[in-house]
Amino acid sequence: MSLSEDEVRHVAALARLALDDDEIAALTPQLADILAYAAEVGAVATDDVAPMTHPLGLEDVTRPDVPGERLPADAVLAAAPDRVGDRFGVPRIVEEDA
Amino acid sequence: MSADPALTRLGAAALGAAVGAGEVTAREVLEAHLDAIAARDGVVADGDVWHARDAADLGPDDLHAFLVVTAARARDAADAVDRRRAAGEALGPLAGVPLALKDVLTMRGAPTTCGSRMLEGWVPPYDATVTERLAAAGIVVLGKTNMDEFAMGSSTENSAYGPTRNPWDPDRVPGGSSGGSAAAVAGGLAPLGVGTDTGGSIRQPAAFTGLVGGKPTYGAVSRYGLVAFASSLDQAGPFARDVTDAALLHAVMAGPDPRDATSDPTDPADVVAALGRGVEGLRVGVVEELEEAGCEPGVRAVFLAAVAALEAAGATVERVSLPHAGYGLPAYYLVAPAEASSNLARFDGVRYGRRVDAATAEAMNAATRGEGFGPEVRRRIMIGTHALSSGYVDAYYLQAARVRTLIARDFATAFDRVDVLISPTAPGVAFRIGAVADPLAMYRNDVATVPASLAGVPAVSVPIGTADDGAGSGPLPVGLQIMAPLRADDRCYRVARAVEAVVGFDPDPAAHGAGVRR
Repeated sequence: MSLSEDEVRHVAALARLALDDDEIAALTPQLADILAYAAEVGAVATDDVAPMTHPLGLEDVTRPDVPGERLPADAVLAAAPDRVGDRFGVPRIVEEDA
Repeated sequence: MSADPALTRLGAAALGAAVGAGEVTAREVLEAHLDAIAARDGVVADGDVWHARDAADLGPDDLHAFLVVTAARARDAADAVDRRRAAGEALGPLAGVPLALKDVLTMRGAPTTCGSRMLEGWVPPYDATVTERLAAAGIVVLGKTNMDEFAMGSSTENSAYGPTRNPWDPDRVPGGSSGGSAAAVAGGLAPLGVGTDTGGSIRQPAAFTGLVGGKPTYGAVSRYGLVAFASSLDQAGPFARDVTDAALLHAVMAGPDPRDATSDPTDPADVVAALGRGVEGLRVGVVEELEEAGCEPGVRAVFLAAVAALEAAGATVERVSLPHAGYGLPAYYLVAPAEASSNLARFDGVRYGRRVDAATAEAMNAATRGEGFGPEVRRRIMIGTHALSSGYVDAYYLQAARVRTLIARDFATAFDRVDVLISPTAPGVAFRIGAVADPLAMYRNDVATVPASLAGVPAVSVPIGTADDGAGSGPLPVGLQIMAPLRADDRCYRVARAVEAVVGFDPDPAAHGAGVRR
């Protein structure tokens, strides 16, 4: 199948992957090969066949509605690249009002 | 403490029995294995936690099976087993037995990297259910083993920390993605290993290193604390040098877990009780499509000899077709990347692991992921994202999921006729490090293992002999895959034990004149 570098850039944006031009150029033919191979599934007649998502067919698994164990905040936040008090720090995502 | 190196040649059941009988202490067993690791693995054997050397500093014969050896905590665990025995407590059959744990399962307080720079330095604050169950059985975890990054690969070459070497020939791969655990067990650094298998990542390395390796029925082993690759396929399972040891470890790992909503709530099959039942009268189906799937001549010859041996042992052998098995590989390489692209969205530079700073949150996410993930993980995220994207989801992901239904039906139909299905585990023997550069060629290693993964059925690889690669290799192991109906894991181990008995394979590379570079 054909796949353009622009299409690969679009997918990289969807996947939140920063890739430079060399990486895009190297990936494009590889992805085209893999997708061409994967597209062989299209040769199978699947009218009236439901997609399978789980081998055992378990559905609507629930647990008793009681509080479970939980990790202390410090244990979780210890792994954060940027900790701000008891929260995860991230770059600003909402502009302040002018 | 001086340790007896002969202890590293004993199997898990023998070691557990010796510890239970007071013939040896768990600490002595542990020290023998720590000595073997220090001698052969390329770790800096110093302090409470031993770290693997950087790939550039490893020697040409260093196995590089372990990324980290948790020496002090292993000594504490072994001493605790010895105290329990001294206090007269009854110990389980694997108490005091060391184990190599794949670095995709969390162990509280020890680093978990999944073979990725993305998680370098992450110390999980909780234990996987598997890790808890190992500890409850008195098993002593030696450390965390090398793997293809996020379990994506068939050679362990995709680790960000450098490849693991095959104890049968240090220039060759041990298979993957669980290559570190496989190399540790095959190389005598541990009698037991835990791997995970999404499309063959336990069975193929078991075949490449002459081990028994099992992928349980999907849902038999809890995925809680297993860093997810493809959630509808991932299963943790055992590596061992014989079938009994693998079955004993499977029994420790399997069982319902309320913390995993995909865990099977029914009681697991008793895989140990079934071991001695033999194959007299058992109906065995050779899967036509998998037997013919481009096998090397040496692998095919050893496989056919094992089939004849099974027949001589009283099994009825017939050829069986799984008509859609040939579509297993393309279906797998859509379903698994699709699930991976979703699962790996969690690595966003916010809560754990690497962060590359940037002005906006979105740019920070993308920069972090672009730098943190290696080439194969990026490829699979891209394939999966494309397969799920608007305009393509029906032709790719949903069509693959429909084919998956047909493959599961093929298995169900076949199991109306036969009790188990068999095939070669992998189409070839272990290949040279660096020899398979094309991603699609690497994927073809999984051709015989992905159908069982997609159907969710249990499968065990058992070694059946050696073959060369037709290009000057020495003897390298060949595995036979046994597949059984959902929840019939006991049947896999029963047949594996019968195969082992008739084949008489010696898992020690030295017994075959192997273990050297050629």
